[in-house]
Amino acid sequence: MSHHSPDVSGVDVAVAKQQTPLHYIASQQHPDQLPPPASTGVIGWFRENLFSSVSNSLLTVVSILFLIWVIPGFVDWAIVKSVWNAGSLSECRELVKAAHGEGASGACWAVINERFDQLMYGFYPAELRWRPNVAILLLFAAIVPVLFKTMRPLVYAMGAVIVGKSIFALYAAFAGIPFSFLSPTTYTAAVLAIGAAIMGGEDYRKRWVILTFLFPVIAYFLLWGGFVFEPVESKRFGGFLLTMVIGVTGIAFSLPLGVLLALGRRSNLPILQMICVTFIEFIRGVPLITLLFVASVLLNYLMPPGTDFDLILRVLIMVTLFASAYMAEVVRGGLAALPKGQYEAADTLGLKYWQGMRLIILPQALKISIPGIVNTFIGLFKDTTLVAIIALFDPVGLLNPIRADSNWNGIVWELYGFIALVFFICCFGMSQYSQFLERRLRAADRR
Amino acid sequence: MSVVTSGDPQPVFRIDMLWTDERYRSLFIQVIAMMVLMLGVAWLVNNAIQNLSDLGKDFDFGFLSQPANYDINQRLIDYTSRDTNARAAAVGILNTLLIAFLGCIAATLIGVTAGVLRLSKNWLIARLMTVYVEGFRNVPLLIWILFIMAIVNEALPSPRDFRGENALEAGSFVLTNRGVYIPAPVWEAGSSIVVGVFIVSLIAIFFMRRWAKAKQVATGEQTPVFWIGLGLFFGPALIAYFAFGMPIGLEHPELKGFNFQGGIWMRDSLIALWLALSLYTGAFIAEIVRAGILSVSHGQTEAAYALGLRPNRTMNLIILPQALRVIVPPLISQFLNLTKNSSLAIAVGYMDATGTLGGITLNQTGREMECILLLMAFYLIVSLLISSVMNFYNSRVKLVER
Repeated sequence: MSHHSPDVSGVDVAVAKQQTPLHYIASQQHPDQLPPPASTGVIGWFRENLFSSVSNSLLTVVSILFLIWVIPGFVDWAIVKSVWNAGSLSECRELVKAAHGEGASGACWAVINERFDQLMYGFYPAELRWRPNVAILLLFAAIVPVLFKTMRPLVYAMGAVIVGKSIFALYAAFAGIPFSFLSPTTYTAAVLAIGAAIMGGEDYRKRWVILTFLFPVIAYFLLWGGFVFEPVESKRFGGFLLTMVIGVTGIAFSLPLGVLLALGRRSNLPILQMICVTFIEFIRGVPLITLLFVASVLLNYLMPPGTDFDLILRVLIMVTLFASAYMAEVVRGGLAALPKGQYEAADTLGLKYWQGMRLIILPQALKISIPGIVNTFIGLFKDTTLVAIIALFDPVGLLNPIRADSNWNGIVWELYGFIALVFFICCFGMSQYSQFLERRLRAADRR
Repeated sequence: MSVVTSGDPQPVFRIDMLWTDERYRSLFIQVIAMMVLMLGVAWLVNNAIQNLSDLGKDFDFGFLSQPANYDINQRLIDYTSRDTNARAAAVGILNTLLIAFLGCIAATLIGVTAGVLRLSKNWLIARLMTVYVEGFRNVPLLIWILFIMAIVNEALPSPRDFRGENALEAGSFVLTNRGVYIPAPVWEAGSSIVVGVFIVSLIAIFFMRRWAKAKQVATGEQTPVFWIGLGLFFGPALIAYFAFGMPIGLEHPELKGFNFQGGIWMRDSLIALWLALSLYTGAFIAEIVRAGILSVSHGQTEAAYALGLRPNRTMNLIILPQALRVIVPPLISQFLNLTKNSSLAIAVGYMDATGTLGGITLNQTGREMECILLLMAFYLIVSLLISSVMNFYNSRVKLVER
């Protein structure tokens, strides 16, 4: 401290320096000393991140004990002692007992193996299942131009489909399972991959967007039939196919509807505003399950006598209305976050209301609200499981029919685990994409 | 716009001015919208009336005063199957409020803990909390409810396991696959005085805190509020408890016959629903809490340290008040979500408002329209109440802000 302060003693030092010869002057900088060994490397990392204080060490020990309690048992049950091929739960148990002795318990993934098609397609006719497959591939092609700048992800996705199918075909050939590699799915994947590889640049994006707008029509004919395809009744829809149909329809139609509602809520036309506010607050105030009850028992009362349109269509309508109210609130947040100058700029340029909205306001407002929009999508996707309560056979609705089968009576964890895993992958993927997009947009703002 | 170029100050009204002239257009659009809406509603109502009369039904709430003819196993007020549908609905509504209340408390505790731990410097615990949050947020609630119900039913011992040769030890809290049994308080003579003393000491704590704050503002002297509060909380009530000869006892659950008797029985459906709702909502609350704490800039902490505040005072006086302003509004909307999500109780047979009014009553009386309207009205009222609380809070913190 002393040499920093020009106090009285500093004079003494100066005087002393003049009188006595200097013994030591550093001619070069000292080399830096190494940090203490306990603060670097693996040990340092452990000290810093796991044992920085008594309470932290305690937490670490408790967590490790928890992990030791959970993970080995789970791995043992789910992987080591699991059974993948069996015809019934009792056969599974016999196999586990034979392999690992009395009292051992192992997962019976055979039920997933046997009921995989049902969990995916419900009761969709087996010979027509290529149609939902093709629809899924086209869905990829329809969303890639919206989500990404180039069509490259589509090439990768379709390539992965073809490679996956080839591997499975090889496996099937060895195992003697009948499996045809050349199917409409493969052809579609190949055509899309080649198309996206040739016309994948940013200049072609607008042409791919045409496919996005055509997709609902194409998908309708593929799934429900009609035109040249054999019709399929919608009561045969089930499993994750039903989840996708409800989720994608809800997502696709709730966004435009939500934007309109948000604009209505912020408009200066009082009656229009009142209608929008009432609608949004009503929908947001009641649980989805009551709206699904409306779809299942009430909507037919509100239609002209004699109309009888099917349950899935009614559910689609209610789910879309439900999601659009939430979407409207998200978009309204985005609209409110825009500085007022943007609205005034649009007016100053002489743009009419819709021109200003389309060219200036909405692109910015939607960009701000992307995280909220994706969260609404995730919520909608998860909420599709509620249709099980009004007796539709989505994956959760299929739980009871599968467990009612005498072969699989008593199976619990494997089915829940599988369904939860599929939902997790979809929803986690969506939320990761939203975070990626947020980072990209933030980088664009920093510039 | 006000410049009039022609000699005529009042241009003659032409019909196309309804959509070309801004003065008339907005009115025109609104009138059209209103007419379309009213026509639509009239059409729906007309259809409904026609359909109901075709089926020989009417629109009548008289069924509410007729006997319900079904049992409800989970109830907070007296109810038998001979009671009216209205009383059955009230039992269901109270059950909804019960699960919502329990769920909100548990979800807040879980969420705040997980949110704070996720920011912990401890690498392992932060990762574990991330796994919890992502795991619960990305899997549908319905699956969690069914899954936890399955855990309760399959993994916990049945009451039978508590009897016989190598029986399990049954303590004051018994976990069985039929639910959880906890001791119930027994109120004897004199217990009301103990409760009264306790309430008085709560009021005393409230006024003591106000007095201490006023004193600190006026003189700068600090009072050990926490320790005095702790003493007031336990002291008088304990003294009264022993002075009146321990009038409040506990009734422990005991195994009688095939089941446990005595104590409070929290059914398996209640336990599963409660756990699932609070863990699911807790994951969302954890994210809200994390974002709230991160929203307070580090400069605030440094400023507090520079002023010489100790870490816990920094947390209480500087960080939390600012973080709470960010946390509370989304927190309340999570409470709202939890209340609405509690309608999934129907999946595990917990008799909430959806299970009674929208379930058995609807099916037995065939009054779909009336039941669903009442059900929606109930949820709408709860939602409006909760969001008015939120608006009140928002307006209050806004005043504090500027």
